[in-house]
Amino acid sequence: LSATAHTDDSHGGHDARPGHHPGGHDDAAAHGSFNGYMTGFLLSVILTAIPFVLVMSRTFANPDTTSYVILGFAAVQIVVHMVYFLHMNTRSEGGWTLLALLFTVMLVVITLSGSIWVMFHLNDNMMPMSPTEMRNMP
Amino acid sequence: VVAVNTSMLLLSSITYGFAMLEMQRGRKNAVLMWLGITGLFGLAFVGLELNEFRHLISEGAGPQRSGFLSSFFTLVGTHGLHVSFGIVWLVTLMVQVAQRGLVPENQRRLMCLSMFWHFLDVVWIGVFTFVYLMGSLH
Repeated sequence: LSATAHTDDSHGGHDARPGHHPGGHDDAAAHGSFNGYMTGFLLSVILTAIPFVLVMSRTFANPDTTSYVILGFAAVQIVVHMVYFLHMNTRSEGGWTLLALLFTVMLVVITLSGSIWVMFHLNDNMMPMSPTEMRNMP
Repeated sequence: VVAVNTSMLLLSSITYGFAMLEMQRGRKNAVLMWLGITGLFGLAFVGLELNEFRHLISEGAGPQRSGFLSSFFTLVGTHGLHVSFGIVWLVTLMVQVAQRGLVPENQRRLMCLSMFWHFLDVVWIGVFTFVYLMGSLH
């Protein structure tokens, strides 16, 4: 499977850059371009500046609203970095990098939501704290 | 401070991108120059962060002061270590490239560090959103 994927990928690379040297044979498409890096950089600057302004100017009266909005911006910026700096796409290595990323995201989500779930229920699972409570245990 | 730090890391991400582009063109000295600039931005980041830590601790706001400060020092400090190890790796690769040139092995190594370095920036998005921005909201 991986051999097939490899061939496909180097084909894509050669189509894009016909005359390049054989050293980085399968990575031509994966390194991105000057315009790609600049787009990513400008988007990141904008996506960083907006949350800073929102927090410093207290645009929203409710801090929770601000939290959700800046979390949204952070999520978008992470995607921007993945696409323009880490060159995630559906084509490289025949889609296996994307599959690996999705698997990672799944594990992270399970770990995070599991931890938060456990921590919010810590109180219920605690030993009784005082002798009175201890005596009145169910 | 956090805004300056964020821009340092963002700039180092894009200068690393430029190093990769020069690597594709096979220009060894340009690669070394961009890697050097990336390293300087990284050092500036770590320097500013250590300065902030020193300032906080001198004010009595060390990690033992509160739950927020414990997690602040753990998260930000771990990320700082991540960056520091990245710089060590970067210097190692600069020596390798200077000695052996842009041979396929070094190209692959630069690719790996590229992912590590851009990922530092991705992690930082999460850190500054959660720790700094959401921390200053509540």
